This record gives sequence, structure tokens and C-alpha cells, in this order.
Amino acid sequence: MIEVLPRNIMRFITLVIFQVFILNNIQFLGYINPYIYVLFILLLPFETPKWFLLVAAFTLGIAIDLFSHTPGLHSSATVFMAFLRPFVLSHFAPRDGYEPGTFPRIHYYGFSWFFKYASILIVSHHLILFFMEVFHFHNPFFTLWRALLSSGFSILLVVLSQYFIYRR
Amino acid sequence: MHNLIRFILKHHFILLFVIIQTFSLTLMFQHNNFHKSVAVNAVRSVKGAVNKRIFNFKEYMKLREINEKLIYENSKLRNQLMNSFFQVKADTVIEFDSVYKKQYRYISAKIADNSTNKQHNFITIDKGKIHGVETEMGVVSTDGIVGIVTGVSDHFSTVMPILNINLRISAKIEESGFFGSLFWNGRDPGKASLIDIPHHAELNEGDNIVTSGYSAIFPEGIRIGTITGYEIEGGNFYNATVELSTDFQNLSHVYVIVNYLREEQSELENINLND
Repeated sequence: MIEVLPRNIMRFITLVIFQVFILNNIQFLGYINPYIYVLFILLLPFETPKWFLLVAAFTLGIAIDLFSHTPGLHSSATVFMAFLRPFVLSHFAPRDGYEPGTFPRIHYYGFSWFFKYASILIVSHHLILFFMEVFHFHNPFFTLWRALLSSGFSILLVVLSQYFIYRR
Repeated sequence: MHNLIRFILKHHFILLFVIIQTFSLTLMFQHNNFHKSVAVNAVRSVKGAVNKRIFNFKEYMKLREINEKLIYENSKLRNQLMNSFFQVKADTVIEFDSVYKKQYRYISAKIADNSTNKQHNFITIDKGKIHGVETEMGVVSTDGIVGIVTGVSDHFSTVMPILNINLRISAKIEESGFFGSLFWNGRDPGKASLIDIPHHAELNEGDNIVTSGYSAIFPEGIRIGTITGYEIEGGNFYNATVELSTDFQNLSHVYVIVNYLREEQSELENINLND
């Protein structure tokens, strides 16, 4: 348990760097931009205090914002997602709750659980993010389409990371 | 205080979320020019729309006052109309250096009570004896003829509208000048019958029917309606259906016509009758 904090700090830094320097420079098909940094919020331990969740989400978001010159944009989307996380977790909780010492990962709770958990949070994050970014409803279906496509790619990357990087 | 702290502790998650989110959004609007301009524009247009609504509402509330002013002005203008005057055609006498003398005066009045669904309908108006209304005066609306005053009290008058099977009005066809008698048949409040138009008269659908001016009640040429159909009755006279131009079911303001020469005319006619 003692190694949870340094591991999360390392994850935070790695994800921010990966997002800012690699993913932000990749635009599949012109407008698909996956945002994998939310994986940090997804993988925080179950026991994380709720207030810390929000603070961590804000810190993460503002870090991304600082690098992409969009102050407030990513932080508001990430904070919103962190706000949703406890509700989603309690909704998908197993009958006898989450076991202590486990983490929200495929390794512990299976693919289907993780997929549902991750996609709900990622889609809500991306919807907020994309609609905040365009900030109008002139062409809502295009924005929706962009948000959903990017969410798909983000979910794909997040799930893949579960198999290749965070296997244990 | 204790309760407040307990409340904050209980809802700290949501409160913190709102605070952080507000902070993020503030950051966003402060530092992104695009979002800032959109937000400012949105606020401005909402404000504009609200102001416009308020203005429209205020204007609507003033409509009654405006209406009343307009009606007052209308009656003033009608008093100056040419057909309110009669011509003094005397080559040798020049009275007050004027060719015209006033014959009709219009008093504006509001409908106090109205019915259209009976056979003997009556309208009550809010002008009476003290305003100068007397029985046997004509009543018209902006759209055309309404009826004749039959009873007068100090502040109110009753009007027998065309929609009363007892009323007959002398009417003529504007285009050809043939005249007949107009009355209501007691059925459709939008239609009346015009009879006694001679067989040789030219009659067309769409002809305008106006007052003839033969009685001392209405000036000549006040609109009554248009012909929508006709048939020959008894071989010698037309029986025409007239669509009334006045909408009796939606009547709010009328004018009472005062004829300055009425007594003179009816006196003369009575002498002839007595002979």
C-alpha cells in the first residue's frame, strides 16, 4: 500500500507528458484526438477520498491546460468526470462491495466491468470537453460525432493499456 | 453555525465540485478570447431579448390607453369629415363665410353588453343622456353600421342592432343606387337580407351595400356589407343575402351619430304624413 502514492505521482507525470507531447500532436483522420490522461482518474484507488479526487482531477486538468494553452477547458471536463466517478463506481459495485487492496482494473474486476466503468466516464469527459471547446450548438451532431469518435479511441487506448502496461 | 458546518461536511463533495468547476470556468472565460466573446455576446443578447420582452409587455399594457386616444381622435376626425356637413347652397346668402355647415356629430362609445345569439338582440353602450345620446340615433362602428339607439338612461343607452328581427334599415346598392330594405332573418349573425330591390336593377355578387341616407338616422354611404347571393322573389323584387361588414361578435367600440337636422327633417315628413 505504501507504494500507491509514488506510483500515482509517476503515473500522473507520465500521462501528462504522453498526452501533451505525443497524443496532442496526433490527429487521426483530421479531428479525432484521444485524451488518455483521464486514465489517471480511472485508476485511482477505491479508497481515495472524494475531495482528493476533485483536487487531483483539477490538478491534472490544469496541467494539460497549461501545455495546450486552453486554461480551464480540460480542468472543467476532468473535474466533472471525477465528480461522476463515485456514482459510477457505486452503481457498478459488486454485491459485497469492492475488496480492500484491489484497484479499479481489468485484472481485478474483469473486462466487462472495466469497460462499462471507463466508457461512461470517458464519454462524459469527452462530451463536456468537446462541447466546451466549440462552445456553440450550431452543429451539435458534428460535435457529438467528434466527441464520440475520440471517446472510442480513448477507450481503446485505455483498455489496451490495461493489457500492456498496467497488467498487474 | 453547527448546522452549517454539518451541512458543509455532509455535502462537501458537491460543494467542492461546484467551487472547482466555477473556478475552471472562470479561468476559461478569462483566458480564452473566443469563449469570452461568446459568453459576453450571449449575455448581451439575452439581456436584449429580455429588455425587448419587457418593452413589448409595457406597450401591450398601454394598449387600452392608446386605443382610447385613437378612438377620441377618430371621432374628432369624423366630425371633420365632409359627409358630416351639409352644403348651404344659397347664392345670395353667405353665412359665416362658409360653404359647409355641420350636420352630423359622432360620439364614441364602448360596448357594455352585447348579445348575438337571440332573435331580439340588444347592445348596451356606455354613453347616455348626459353625453348627448338620444333615442333614434344611428350607431356605427369602424367596419360599418351597427344599429339604432332605442333607449337612453343617464349614462347608458340600449342599441337595437341589425341583429334584431324588428329592425329594418333603408339601404342601397352603392354601385347602381337602387335601394331597398335591409333586415336580419334571425339565423346567421354574419348575414342579413336585402329586399325590395326592383327586378330591373343590376345586381352582382360583391356589390357594396351602404346606407341610403333617406332616414334621418344615418348619413348616406355608411357601409353595411356586400352581396353574397340573390334570388328573384315573387317575380318583381330581388331578395339578396348580404354579408354584414360589422363583426357583431367582436364589437368593442362604436360611434353614435347625432344628426343636427333630424328634427327638422322628421317634422317635415310628419306634416306630409298628416295631410
